[in-house]
Amino acid sequence: MTALVLAEHDNKELKPATLNAVTAASQLGGGVHVLVAGSGARAVADAAARIDGVSVVLLADDPSYENRLAENVAPLIVSLAGDYDAIVAPTTTSGKNILPRVAAQLDVAQISDVMKVESADTFVRPIYAGNALATVQSTDSKKVMTVRGTGFPAASATGGSAEIRSVATAANPGNSRFVGAELAKSDRPELTAAKIIVSGGRGMGSSQAFSIIESLADKLGAAVGASRAAVDAGFISNDHQVGQTGKIVAPQLYIAVGISGAIQHLAGMKDSKVIVAINKDEEAPIFQIADYGLVADLFQAVPELEKAL
Amino acid sequence: MKILVPVKRVIDYNVKARVKADKTGVDLANVKMSMNPFDEIAVEEAIRKKEAGQAEEIIAVSIGPAQAQETLRTALAMGADRAILIQTDDIVEPLAVAKLLKAVVDAEQPRLVILGKQAIDDDSNQTGQMLAALLGWPQGTFASIVKVTDGGIEVTREIDGGLETVALTLPAIVTTDLRLNEPRYASLPNIMKAKKKQLDVKTAADYGVDISPRLKTLKVEEPPKRAGGIKVKTVAELIEKLKTEAGVI
Repeated sequence: MTALVLAEHDNKELKPATLNAVTAASQLGGGVHVLVAGSGARAVADAAARIDGVSVVLLADDPSYENRLAENVAPLIVSLAGDYDAIVAPTTTSGKNILPRVAAQLDVAQISDVMKVESADTFVRPIYAGNALATVQSTDSKKVMTVRGTGFPAASATGGSAEIRSVATAANPGNSRFVGAELAKSDRPELTAAKIIVSGGRGMGSSQAFSIIESLADKLGAAVGASRAAVDAGFISNDHQVGQTGKIVAPQLYIAVGISGAIQHLAGMKDSKVIVAINKDEEAPIFQIADYGLVADLFQAVPELEKAL
Repeated sequence: MKILVPVKRVIDYNVKARVKADKTGVDLANVKMSMNPFDEIAVEEAIRKKEAGQAEEIIAVSIGPAQAQETLRTALAMGADRAILIQTDDIVEPLAVAKLLKAVVDAEQPRLVILGKQAIDDDSNQTGQMLAALLGWPQGTFASIVKVTDGGIEVTREIDGGLETVALTLPAIVTTDLRLNEPRYASLPNIMKAKKKQLDVKTAADYGVDISPRLKTLKVEEPPKRAGGIKVKTVAELIEKLKTEAGVI
């Protein structure tokens, strides 16, 4: 049994989500190989080769993989799949985009967002916004799965010395083209990797008011999150959204400010170690899951908190 | 251009799912059911394309029990032109849904299929991508903007780091994210009109598709509950607790 893990990267750096996926893949009980599909991505392959527990890194280096378009990467994975019993990707927007396309081409079910590997064919995954956990057994000969980062500890990024093999590119269907990207630039930690997250909700009232969240986050070395309501209202960009269909996080400390606690938001953060809620509405559902609740006007409490730290 | 919009009948998004005592699944008896919210966004987007003169016909399709006719009537009331129900009481996994939809696409020949990015019951986020794979079409997933251009469409996608735009040739698949549009409410006259619109009922066998599941659900459980916390009175008390009791700052 060998599993192939699709590396998450931007052609320059290997993203930490890959390390959690490697751990999940290793729990299937066999060897772990990593596929780096990119353009000018040799440094990423070098980094993947240093991951503890990885024996082989496949490098598909070609301009057609520069932006990891699903139409181009899926046939590549399918062309390699014959040698593997499982194909694993992190539950990132890239993994979610590419992997079902692979599963359908292989005529197997995909198991989405696996939180726990019970055995080589049995997995636990969340359904109904995490309000239920399903244990499912795959009857397909090949397993195709995305794995939730917070469900698996990160494999060590050092200590490995995998062999790097170049692999042939697959035929590019030429039906999609990358036009451009607007990526958020921030010196703050990534949401899914942060130890502390400060999140704002509808209660913030405006994008200007979000600056007090950002200021507190910077004091704590934290990432900035948001509820769907705050993103929909245009207070902050979509890449900050935490929840059922946004990012799933489990930091050491999650500070929810002006967030009422809709089930869709709780689905994204309720596995945090410690949850703090600051809200002026003492009936807000967020208080039911918060370890520490402070009923207060956030515009006073948040600056006061920042000053006192 | 003809647009196909698949819609799914799911638990209403305001209802908290309860696990059955025998752990075989989630209790849906007497629970409010609605159209999957992402599918509402898909229907709305198709209607807007038609209103902009970029589409001539919108076909809504659902796979599910007889009651899914209500979901299709909602789509018709919003503005879809006709509907197809592939009726089954079985659990149909995303791969089987994609195969059924491929058969519908082969029969109806739409140039664009707009789907919700995920259903809020099984949270799979697979069907659109699988349908694209089976058809060999390009896919614009997690869309926040869909622009029809000369040769195809341009889709702006919500990705982890921000936004990305791709250009796709037609025919193509789009899956919707939350901020693509705000779906309209059907007006009473349109709800009445929708009752007269064409709704064909088919079976999986009509399309010759094997929908047997590939996954066995061994059990469905409630996640571990968080123990209730405490309320603190002041910011100073909060900091004290975080430092000494929780040890997280």
